[in-house]
Amino acid sequence: MSQGLTEIRWHGRGGQGAKTAALLLADVAFSVGKYIQGFPEYGPERMGAPITAFDRISDKEIRVHSNIYEPDYVVVVDETLLHSIDVTAGLSEEGGILINTSKTPGEVRPLLNGYKGKVYTLDARKISMETLGKYFPNMPLLAGIVKVSGVMDTWVFYAEMEKSLKHKFAKKPEVFDGNMLAIRRALEEVV
Amino acid sequence: MGIKERMSGNEAVAYAMKQVNPDVMPAFPITPSTELPQFVANYISNGQMDTEFIPVESEHSSMSAAIGAEAAGARTMTATSSCGLAFMWEVLYVAASNRLPLAMAVVNRALSGPININAEHSDSMGARDSGWLQIYAETNQEAYDNWIQAYRISEHKDVLLPIMICQDGFITSHAVQNIELIEDEKVKAFVGEYKPEHYLLNTNETMAIGPYANGPYCMEAKRAQAQGMINAKQVILDVAAEFASISGRKYGLFEEYFLEDADYALVAIGSACGNIKDAVDELRAKGIKAGLLKVRVFRPFPGEEMAEALRHCKVVAIMDRAESYSSQGGPLGAELMAAMYRAGVTSKAINVIYGLNGRDMTVSMVEDIYAHLAEIDKRGLRSEDHYNYIGLRDKEVR
Repeated sequence: MSQGLTEIRWHGRGGQGAKTAALLLADVAFSVGKYIQGFPEYGPERMGAPITAFDRISDKEIRVHSNIYEPDYVVVVDETLLHSIDVTAGLSEEGGILINTSKTPGEVRPLLNGYKGKVYTLDARKISMETLGKYFPNMPLLAGIVKVSGVMDTWVFYAEMEKSLKHKFAKKPEVFDGNMLAIRRALEEVV
Repeated sequence: MGIKERMSGNEAVAYAMKQVNPDVMPAFPITPSTELPQFVANYISNGQMDTEFIPVESEHSSMSAAIGAEAAGARTMTATSSCGLAFMWEVLYVAASNRLPLAMAVVNRALSGPININAEHSDSMGARDSGWLQIYAETNQEAYDNWIQAYRISEHKDVLLPIMICQDGFITSHAVQNIELIEDEKVKAFVGEYKPEHYLLNTNETMAIGPYANGPYCMEAKRAQAQGMINAKQVILDVAAEFASISGRKYGLFEEYFLEDADYALVAIGSACGNIKDAVDELRAKGIKAGLLKVRVFRPFPGEEMAEALRHCKVVAIMDRAESYSSQGGPLGAELMAAMYRAGVTSKAINVIYGLNGRDMTVSMVEDIYAHLAEIDKRGLRSEDHYNYIGLRDKEVR
């Protein structure tokens, strides 16, 4: 990890919101005064195709415009990708990987090509279904990676999300409540 | 002073479009510029702009409609990428030769094939001889700032040429980064109202636009058009100086980064310059005199000035994000080497093709290029140095 710079790579499938999650993370980091870069890499434009998205969060201006090949953290939005994509490629062993799955870190580690850093899991599907009634894994994973990576204080993050979602869902208070509950549960349940 | 925000390059240019609020926008969507007409349409439907939006059936039509609107006397804009720009080809020349100062946001993307949606400069480079002004951006901030300066340049009475404001597809167009916006009233005061001297809807002055010209006058029209391009250089500098006074951000025809005492220099256009700057910092920390010349304005081509800025360099790599299939290199390489020759600059120079179809040029690849320049400095130029690719999967090319 370069000084004051955290690099995060997201692996998902088109339509699951990995790009949105990466942009949300950039957004919330911006709101606490960081320099940020959030961007997607598109492959074939179709639902279900593997896509990658990236975040750089820094205390200094970011000039580089490259994909992230040696991330500090990786988030896997869809665990079926573990069988087809080398998600830990270049991943720092000082950092870690967060996987959306109902399994435990011990159960998924054998699928990670001998990766020796920290492995975290979060059942974003369960949280999403129970709090929002639909499968939107973004919000829980966003909260999970903020906690795991320590890019910002989790309570500052919580307060910022409360502010921005209150504005975004001003006319849908039930969606606001569901999202905040999803965030809180993710912060508590990520292991 | 300024509004701190975070936006993608497309959001930033759309925001500038909203602030400038031109009269007419005909547009046809194409990746990665599709968001521009989308955002503008949203601004219009939200009552934040009163631009007349014309949905058309193709890019040939969007440029044709833009020409019609601008000729009528309306400040006009459009946006496109890649094959969309290629499809405008015929009418690009009509816009320029009729001296219509409309502005177009180009989100640079590869031309086919293989079909690919990612960044490359082949689209706008292909249009380099169409008579349009061309300004390129490294970042979302520069794309925004360039758009705000666009009409001040294109509409200037000594210029009167259409202008392309270019940025790299996806790399900046779809990447959200920090940006500083300028307050609406400052932008409006800076850009001002459009008051064309001659226009079709002026009932006091009947005129024809785009008629056939016979031999005795045709060549004079083209020479006059060339003069507009020659004059543009000073106008671009004047507008940039005035822009600095409202924004605090300075622009020129090109940017020099540690170039003043550089032994080894790269010359490049667009987002890759950020990667090159990071590499320059790393090399400078090791005591290697690396530098960058970032081309902002490609039309008019500031050849004399760039040659002068490179005169002291030992070896220069001119980077092209476009092939021109001349078997000699890319467009920037060809034009800059000609300018260096004319200025009697004796630095050794090579041409490197990079980043086609969005291929990443990483900081470590850039460092390899500087190392190659140092090697050439030691052993001299060889014929195989002149024109090269970086970042290829070598085994798959034959």
